[in-house]
Amino acid sequence: MIRLQKVTKTYDQKINVVKDLDLQIEKGELVVLVGESGCGKTTTMKMINRLIEPTSGDIFIDGQNTKTVDGNELRRNIGYVIQNVGLFPHLTIEHNIATVPLLCKKNRDEVMERVKDLLDLVDLPHEQYAHRFPRELSGGQQQRVGVARALANDPDIILMDEPFSALDPITREQLQNELLKLQDELQKTIVFVTHDIDEALKIGDRIAVMAGGKILQYDKPEDILKNPHNDFVESFVGSDRLWKTPDMLRAEDIMSKKVVEIGARRSVAHAIELMKEHNTDVLVVVDKVSPRPNKLLGIVGTNRLKGVTDHSVKMEDIMKADVVEIPHHMNLTEVLGIRKEKKIRYSPVVDEDGKVIGIITNTSIINVFTDIVPETEEY
Amino acid sequence: MTLIQYIVDNYQLIVQKAGQHIVLAGIGVLIACAIGIPTGFLITNSRRASNIVINIANIFQTIPALAIFAFGIPLLGIGTKPAIFALVLYALLPIIKNTLIGINNVDPAIIEAARGMGMSKSQIMFKVEVPLAISVIMGGVRIATVTGIGIATIGAFIGAGGLGQLIFQGVGMVNYNMVVAGAIFSSLLALLADFILGILESKLTSKGIIKRETI
Repeated sequence: MIRLQKVTKTYDQKINVVKDLDLQIEKGELVVLVGESGCGKTTTMKMINRLIEPTSGDIFIDGQNTKTVDGNELRRNIGYVIQNVGLFPHLTIEHNIATVPLLCKKNRDEVMERVKDLLDLVDLPHEQYAHRFPRELSGGQQQRVGVARALANDPDIILMDEPFSALDPITREQLQNELLKLQDELQKTIVFVTHDIDEALKIGDRIAVMAGGKILQYDKPEDILKNPHNDFVESFVGSDRLWKTPDMLRAEDIMSKKVVEIGARRSVAHAIELMKEHNTDVLVVVDKVSPRPNKLLGIVGTNRLKGVTDHSVKMEDIMKADVVEIPHHMNLTEVLGIRKEKKIRYSPVVDEDGKVIGIITNTSIINVFTDIVPETEEY
Repeated sequence: MTLIQYIVDNYQLIVQKAGQHIVLAGIGVLIACAIGIPTGFLITNSRRASNIVINIANIFQTIPALAIFAFGIPLLGIGTKPAIFALVLYALLPIIKNTLIGINNVDPAIIEAARGMGMSKSQIMFKVEVPLAISVIMGGVRIATVTGIGIATIGAFIGAGGLGQLIFQGVGMVNYNMVVAGAIFSSLLALLADFILGILESKLTSKGIIKRETI
């Protein structure tokens, strides 16, 4: 765990690059610091491994104040990947990766064994690449070696400073995916700096949007998209971003929150009355008697009521019982898939306790998008 | 034919003088390396310091060799000492300059990566900067050696011996074979030294580095 506490970096006693910054990064989390150039994101990152010393404030790693540790010792236990890769041109790939463990006087044979594993991990076959020099590798391959080098000493924390920015878009995407795969496997604590909000949204477990040396918002990607704290964050993220990332939209975002419940033993007349009163065309039939009160039993839409004249008919007789419950955190793509596959008109959304908190209908889905897209033309 | 005859007849003298010559130039360049390479390293971080040092070295370079030899005499007497003193002053400029250029040419990203990995200042110097700059530094040493061997001939003027002695004596005795033999062997010595240092340079330079031509 990394904790920054009231960290400030000032140059020439006046320019605050980073101001009173508090940030907590949990173990195994991939946190992205994102912002325009000069927002202090790189400075913040470099203060973690003390490449830059904070003017004031404290940084704790697993509870230990980094000031109490020797700087070089600290850095040897924190992986570091930079935009320009910075491989040592005079050393072979193998020795580039082995540099830090060998500095730490680890057993040479074990280190070389680990280098082998690491090359496999970043998809560069050992026999083919170990003895080459950096200049014989493409940019993407070099950065893979950069990542392997950062992992060499098996650090808990890895700092990445715009590691993929200098690569072409296809290679960049490839390396992003590989980083995510690696992270699934290794569960390192990663601090990733980028100016690219798309990249941040794609790879971050949490994102800290920075401007003027401060963190404006520190949230999960979907929360940054859905609830930007201020105009800056909103414009930085881009208000149309949700469109491009349907995975970020959850069932709870696209449902209609109007849930009108009706007891299973109520009559059709009562149902019609409720629909009129609440101006809705669908009712959620629940179990009003124990053992589990308000348990979802089925759904009744207007079609089910049509032509029913017998007033003794109860809801449980005409309701659609085999409804597919949608968990509230399911994403839009999955919801649409289920609805299409099962030809469902009404999808009740349930929370962790199985309580119905909303209903997804075609109308509710369309409403979400009309909310997002501003009206630009009048007819 | 007479030149060859002279060389054959006097090869012992020539070998002896060539030996003196090598010692003279060799010691001069070694001392210059011992002073120049660390100086080059020390001044890399300061533009002002490097300007001052380079300017002083430049001034040494502009003083005629004979004058430096002469200046050395009151301090160090006659013989090899003032000659070596002069050679050192001459050799300093190319060595300091190339060390400076070599270190400054190291990609800053590489240094940043090295710092970020937790390498100490001296580790960065010996494991990164020196290996990367070595071919440029060696280029400076080669220039210093070749010019040093040339200048060492003048050392004979103040009693330092070497192949220059053949030239000066030859002029005095109007023995042109002697003059030419002295000149040819000092040239050959320079070429040989450059060749050997060239081999040393490529041995010291990693295959991972594309060799840059240096002046």
